Amino acid sequence: MSDLLSISALCCHDGAAMHILAILSASITVVGAIMVITRSIAVHAVLYLVVTLLSLASVLSLLGAPFAAALDVIIYAGAIMVLFVFVIMMLNLGQPDSDREKEWLRPRAWFGPAVLAAVLCGELFFGLRDMPDAGPISMITPRDVGLMLFGPYVMMVELVSFLLLAGLVTAFHIGRYRMEDR
Amino acid sequence: MRQPPFLAIILTPLLILGLATLLTWVERRLLGLWQDRYGPNRVGPGGMLQAVADGIKMLFKQDWIPPFADKGVFVLAPAIGMMTVLLSFAVIPATSLRSIAGNLNVGLLFILAMMGLGVYAVVLAGWASNSKYALLGGMRAAAQMISYEVFMGLSLMGVVMITGSFSLYDIVAAQSGLWFIVPQCLGFIVFLLAGIAETHRLPFDLPEGENELGAGFHTEYSGMKFGMFFLAEYAGIVLVSALVTTLYLGGWLGPFLPAAVWFVLKTGTLVAFFILLRAALPRPRYDQLMTLGWKVLLPLSLLNIAATGTILMLRAPE
Repeated sequence: MSDLLSISALCCHDGAAMHILAILSASITVVGAIMVITRSIAVHAVLYLVVTLLSLASVLSLLGAPFAAALDVIIYAGAIMVLFVFVIMMLNLGQPDSDREKEWLRPRAWFGPAVLAAVLCGELFFGLRDMPDAGPISMITPRDVGLMLFGPYVMMVELVSFLLLAGLVTAFHIGRYRMEDR
Repeated sequence: MRQPPFLAIILTPLLILGLATLLTWVERRLLGLWQDRYGPNRVGPGGMLQAVADGIKMLFKQDWIPPFADKGVFVLAPAIGMMTVLLSFAVIPATSLRSIAGNLNVGLLFILAMMGLGVYAVVLAGWASNSKYALLGGMRAAAQMISYEVFMGLSLMGVVMITGSFSLYDIVAAQSGLWFIVPQCLGFIVFLLAGIAETHRLPFDLPEGENELGAGFHTEYSGMKFGMFFLAEYAGIVLVSALVTTLYLGGWLGPFLPAAVWFVLKTGTLVAFFILLRAALPRPRYDQLMTLGWKVLLPLSLLNIAATGTILMLRAPE
């Protein structure tokens, strides 16, 4: 841990390098996200989403949260996105589906949402400009996250576990092998 | 702890690639030994240069991309496989001095993340090839590797709970009294099986399954792109062996000999064990593989976590 701390301390000292890395990662995130919604081939879109998640993970680790970054890669990029690819492979999409996607991506379809998103973006920009500086970056270790999860946020953890259990029961019910159906 | 020299960062991947190349020869010689035949023994001393000859053959093959394939993804897939395996080595501490990435406090999670991303190599190769055999191989790989990742992560939690850290240094340091293979024998077995499934080596090589799927996910690959899958698989064996050594066999710890020698010895023995498995075991059916995973390994790893947690709680100072 001491080593990582020294690296992050080094980054904080060398503010310019830190800024460049953060801006680079953030730009990759945005560009990747734009590519996700403009691809007509589903697997390409998912791959750009993976790139977005990876750059998001690097932003997180630059902000001093390596545990969150690792979880982001393991769970979202490494598991959920693979399942997406798996489902897309099962659907066996072809040229007609790709053409239909292109049909949906006409300017008429994306102009309205783009205007709304631009308004939101401007709002965010003005909001962030007046935010106070959060101060120096402090490292959040896995231990800190664990203490938070089982301390102040224990209620949320329990609720999420309920949700997961419901999902599990549903999946089991739908996927059950019924003898009488045969 | 100071930063490793730049040279070490360049040399380590080259060393691992060289090792993976050499392993292709070692495997064939060992298989020969166990099956009472010679194996490749003509090129160079003891056939050692056979790996080089194979490499030259692959480089001179036509680099062919099928016209029906998705070209970008087709080229990307083997590169992902290679990259994720090589990146994982960055956090493995071969000696007490250092690993390349220093003492990363989420080192173990970093490796799990890289292994998770490694699934894409196989899955995307299967999809981009746009052929039935490759697609079936890719789908098998996705299901197999996602399932086994679950037990892999869960089986490690015992080790993490005892150590109280995700750092691989701390994990090895915590084994100075007793290797974790003794208190964590259940976790060790589950992790080893999951590791074999994760590198899709025999007997869990169903994504390839050459007698039913041609060559599975890499049916359409040839030349050095196939070579990269091949080398990534061997580098993956070294990775899992090094990881088992670090997590359960005390890493670089050992009497008399220098630390690095102990690490290499333990890892080498595990690599040989991997190869022995290939020589000794037949491939299970796909549903048997899944049943083993979800009905045996998952409960075992959960049991391991519960037992470890209970013992730790009972032993904890008030």
